[in-house]
Amino acid sequence: MLKITDLHATVGEDNPKPILKGLSLEVQAGEVHAIMGPNGAGKSTLANVLGGKPGYDVTSGSVEFAGEDLFDLDPHERAATGLFLGFQYPVEIPGVSNVQFLREALNAQRKFREEEPLSGGEFLKLAKEKAGLLKMDMEMLKRQVNVGFSGGEKKRAEMVQMGILDPKFAVLDETDSGLDIDALRIVGEGINSIMRAPDKGVLLITHYQRLLDVVKPDRVSILADGRIVQTGGPDLALRLEDEGYDAVMSEALA
Amino acid sequence: MSEAATLPTRRDEAWRYADIDAVAKLGTAGIAEWQDIVFAAGETKRICLIVGGDAPEVTRLRLTVGDGARAEIFATSAGSDYTRLEIEVTLGKGSHFEFGGVTIGGGDAVREFVTQTVHAEPDATSNQTVRAVHWGQATGNFLGEIKVARDAQKTDAAQDFKGLLLEAGASANAVPQLEIFADDVKCAHGATVGQLDEAARYYMAARGLSPEMAQRLLVQAFIGDAFVELDDEAEREKLLQSALSKLEGKL
Repeated sequence: MLKITDLHATVGEDNPKPILKGLSLEVQAGEVHAIMGPNGAGKSTLANVLGGKPGYDVTSGSVEFAGEDLFDLDPHERAATGLFLGFQYPVEIPGVSNVQFLREALNAQRKFREEEPLSGGEFLKLAKEKAGLLKMDMEMLKRQVNVGFSGGEKKRAEMVQMGILDPKFAVLDETDSGLDIDALRIVGEGINSIMRAPDKGVLLITHYQRLLDVVKPDRVSILADGRIVQTGGPDLALRLEDEGYDAVMSEALA
Repeated sequence: MSEAATLPTRRDEAWRYADIDAVAKLGTAGIAEWQDIVFAAGETKRICLIVGGDAPEVTRLRLTVGDGARAEIFATSAGSDYTRLEIEVTLGKGSHFEFGGVTIGGGDAVREFVTQTVHAEPDATSNQTVRAVHWGQATGNFLGEIKVARDAQKTDAAQDFKGLLLEAGASANAVPQLEIFADDVKCAHGATVGQLDEAARYYMAARGLSPEMAQRLLVQAFIGDAFVELDDEAEREKLLQSALSKLEGKL
């Protein structure tokens, strides 16, 4: 479903710094694939490159998504093709309500896919259902995008957005950071109910086992120094939690 | 009409950022007309204006606001040539002046609001909110003068200007001018100029909005401030749409 081959990428315009150095990874449909790794390994860069964030340059390699060359698509076209990016730091947009933002976004995606737009009533019904899934009040959806939301509320709002937009594939960048224990469970269960399907996939970037206890990945990869150094089953995450990156990675390299 | 027997020059403070060539084209006849508007004591009246066209245009309103009256002016300035809306207001006791204005556009036109608010009596309030969105070589100006007379205690006057420049080469000027002769007054003014929020644009793209749509939403949110106090949805929509239509085909 998502196939990354020998990806090299740099960040910065004046003095580009190589971050991804030959990253290869494949995520099949129906799979939740967790990416773990030490700080500075390139996890967020991977998410940003997949999303097409300005300032990141792909110097070589390829990414195939849903049968298309991802780098042939502009960021908004990637979204319409079914790629969802969960932000580590969701952005505040003063003056724009969640309802307006998401309705316009959903209808823009539908138009790109040559589907009929949703009417105001249809959209509100959908939004209410998805907000309920994440235990979010409709009143919050009427407020401005992420403005005045706590860290936890922002992450929960990201998941409501994911529910409404109903992507094929989600790249979730540290969606668990800043969440308390209850919010973590709600978000984890949200990921399960929205994205656990035979025709969907998830790339879950995280530092902690806590979220993986709820979401239960099928595969776990370790990203270090811009490459995937090891891939295994869910037990790999447990070993990392017990032994730390250095121990597990030195074993893998030995 | 002998008020403007000679053409203003850049040396006149109120014409400092004007397009003097366009002013010359208009001639004294084109800028001499003041429209007098009287607000009777206790009256509330609202005027919504869409100014600017494809030739230079100067509109001058002189408001006399009676005791306890409320004068509201809302304007979109979206022409393709020099456009100046000038408002002189004299406020009676306990009256209010509300002004919300948007200048928007590209090309090389100068679009400006020039206000002179005279707090002549005590207890009057005024609130002015101006948003300027420009690209190309265009300029948006807000010159706001506030005069508080010696006896006009408890005056509360506010001015807020924000400029949004979509391209390098565009500019915005804010000139607040306060002349205060009373000692128990509040006069607040603020001005900022910035660009579109890159992080917001990327976030919106990541949710499926094209650059055009993201820009339109962000500009709509930005200029919306100017019409917050406009309590008529149809009028507000008209002013907003006349502004936003200028963005079409821009990107």
